[in-house]
Amino acid sequence: MIHSFNLQDLLFLVRSAGWTLVLTLVATAVGGALALVISVARLSTHTALREATRLYIVVVQGIPVLMVLFLSYYGLAHAGLDLPPIVAASLALSIYVSAYLGDIWRGAIQSVHRQQWEASASLALTRMEQYRYVILPQSVRIALPPTVGFLVQLVKNTSIVSIVSVIELTRAGQLVNNTTFEPFKVFVTVAVIYLIICYPMSRLSRYLEEKSRVYRDR
Amino acid sequence: MAFHLEFAPVLDLTPELIQATWLTLKLSFSAIVLGSLIGLLATTARSLMPGKFRVFITLYVETIRNTPLLVQLYIIFFGLPVLGIRMPALYAGLLAMVINLGAYSAEIFRAGVESIHRSQVEAGMSLALTRTQVFLHIMLRPAIAKVWPSLASQFILTMLGSSVCSFISVQELSGEAYTIQSLTFRSFEIYIVASVIYLVIALVLKLLLGALGYLLFMLRARSNRVVSTSEGGQA
Repeated sequence: MIHSFNLQDLLFLVRSAGWTLVLTLVATAVGGALALVISVARLSTHTALREATRLYIVVVQGIPVLMVLFLSYYGLAHAGLDLPPIVAASLALSIYVSAYLGDIWRGAIQSVHRQQWEASASLALTRMEQYRYVILPQSVRIALPPTVGFLVQLVKNTSIVSIVSVIELTRAGQLVNNTTFEPFKVFVTVAVIYLIICYPMSRLSRYLEEKSRVYRDR
Repeated sequence: MAFHLEFAPVLDLTPELIQATWLTLKLSFSAIVLGSLIGLLATTARSLMPGKFRVFITLYVETIRNTPLLVQLYIIFFGLPVLGIRMPALYAGLLAMVINLGAYSAEIFRAGVESIHRSQVEAGMSLALTRTQVFLHIMLRPAIAKVWPSLASQFILTMLGSSVCSFISVQELSGEAYTIQSLTFRSFEIYIVASVIYLVIALVLKLLLGALGYLLFMLRARSNRVVSTSEGGQA
């Protein structure tokens, strides 16, 4: 049934934007947990662990998210593990997040001054305690602006999973376009919804960065 | 579960893969050259033009940076024909990538230009350089040198982003991989092969950009330093 782009369609798009946010949250939670392990392992005293995580980051950052998605959807299905699209999509996005956030957080941990490590070691803290009480609380402040900035990239990249027919914002746009044949209106609306989600995040990231710069300059 | 990786059916299609890789390379290279040119123009305009223009450039940069490349591609490929502007999928893909990189690189260049200290500009002015000369030699060049690493990573992201063009049936590497998958049903194998190709391109690109940055900026900075110390020795 062909009809013109109406309020019902708009509400469908907005509801589907909810799934974009769900995907973002799941990928941030799962990928973030992985990223924490990766960033610490990347700075481990074990050479093998350090090199393995370095390789992981290089590989994931060197291939498109689309390939990660195809590998976890079509690839794993072929290998006998038939994941539902939404699970495969979450898996792919989590892998993507883990490599990028892992790298960002590694940088944040490294930018904490050496003396902080030495001082906490001289207080007989174990490496675990050093991270927990001394290093991580300081690196969180450094890591926050680029992390929020990366989450904007993540929100935008969730659009890729539309290809395995997960009905998030972009896929919803395609569906609405199929029934209305008004691609310009539909996709501009979709873009505006993304803008409404992403722009405040970008501003927040910039604000946090400026705030931390003022703090550092003082 | 008996499962073996079988690369032979995929490797039989090597000519197709090479052709697709070549398209990915051409697409990425054109997008990187044209996109950074747009970014450079936008930054120049923002610095030299009166305030009114700045609003438009900021609007462009922020809109593009806060919407997905895929949606930009859909607007260009599906949306613009409604307004009477039609183009083949390949050019729509290239246009989307150029517009996208233009916004990102404009933002990167801006960060570089803003990092140039005011006193440098004032020093240039006091030497009776024109505004354009000050901008080109005192602001832009050191700014690009400073942000070169960010620019290089952005170029690699652009190359990886070319995969999105497969959504509008451009037969670049990802598109071809999808086609081969539907022909051979060896999905794991073909996507592994395609991923390895992307990885190699990304690593080579990183090396080349690093070398280019060294040639353009480090080498020159070093020769300048040599000159200034020899002058110092004479004095």
